[in-house]
Amino acid sequence: MRERIFIAIGLLLFLALFTTPVWWAAASRTRAAGPQIQLPQHATACVAPAAYMRASHMQLLSNWRNDAVRRGVHQFHTADGRIYDVSLSRTCLGQCHSKTEFCDRCHAYSGVSAPSCWQCHNDPQLTARSIR
Amino acid sequence: MKLTRKQFLLTAAATLAGVTGTKLVTSVQAAPDVSAKPDSPRWAMAIDFQKCRWDEGCNQCVHACKQAHNIPDVPEKAHEVKWIWKQPYQDVFPQQSQWVDPALTSHPLMLLCNHCSNPPCTKVCPTGATWKRADGIVMMDWHRCIGCRYCMAACPYDSRSFDFADPRPDIANINPEFPTRTKGVVEKCNFCEERLARGLCPACVEGCREHAMIFGDLNDPASEIRSALHTRYAMQRSPELGTGPSVFYLL
Repeated sequence: MRERIFIAIGLLLFLALFTTPVWWAAASRTRAAGPQIQLPQHATACVAPAAYMRASHMQLLSNWRNDAVRRGVHQFHTADGRIYDVSLSRTCLGQCHSKTEFCDRCHAYSGVSAPSCWQCHNDPQLTARSIR
Repeated sequence: MKLTRKQFLLTAAATLAGVTGTKLVTSVQAAPDVSAKPDSPRWAMAIDFQKCRWDEGCNQCVHACKQAHNIPDVPEKAHEVKWIWKQPYQDVFPQQSQWVDPALTSHPLMLLCNHCSNPPCTKVCPTGATWKRADGIVMMDWHRCIGCRYCMAACPYDSRSFDFADPRPDIANINPEFPTRTKGVVEKCNFCEERLARGLCPACVEGCREHAMIFGDLNDPASEIRSALHTRYAMQRSPELGTGPSVFYLL
């Protein structure tokens, strides 16, 4: 019976040590470093709210693909009335984002295997410097 | 009121005749007016034998197409990727090459996808990666192509090519606005649907200095192509196959 107290102390000590990263981070008010992405310099708004884009950009791009290729719809109307060309290379990459500094950084950070988009779709910045 | 059996049958027959008659009249009235202009255009091309300068080494149209669509220059002939290319007259019109003026038959011709009105290639595609649009363009969705090449076997005009390897190393200047293809898909001329969507004419037509290529809407009686087909004798490749090519050759 006398060992119980030692067992309890040992367990508590183990738990405290095991959870060190969590409470250490909470105590020092730091957060894990996010991906080092480069945001567009001139544009202020994306084609959809940032939270939606973060979670569902792949769905939006899939819809764009079906619109442009299969339905012949080449314009996208945002919720607040802006109009964009339905094109990954001309709109997303041509007007705002850098593939290497935006798409690739976040995909690498979150461990997403490289999407097959780039097997065919071009990065205008790279093709301009004729590096493939 | 009490109906006799005879009265009941007469009333029923009269009602039936009335309903059927009305249906008949309305359906006859609603029959499509053949002379009316359809909503959708039907894109077509006419290539002028007399203006084309292929035999003199002009390749402006091919160059314009290659630049616009990132077409690779594959060194191996068997793996060649072609959207618009030239071939001897005898290959293009084998049925019409005997006893014809040699001035005509010695002239190589420009070939491209015929964008058939009854395309055999779309019917064999197992994934729906190729289909005919309302405007007559035989379209491809490279996202869906699995590279089975049934369409290549079905096409009687050899208009489709296969990417046996990644085409990117063989493309001199990549046009970032148009995707390259990837290893294992079939590709062909798309009648510049991406340019038509922006109100431009096809790249080859724009690139031709001799104005030997006429592009337009067959459904528009005032279009240049309609007047060209009206005033000149035009040939289609293998019309006996019933594919209905949208590419015409003006004699």
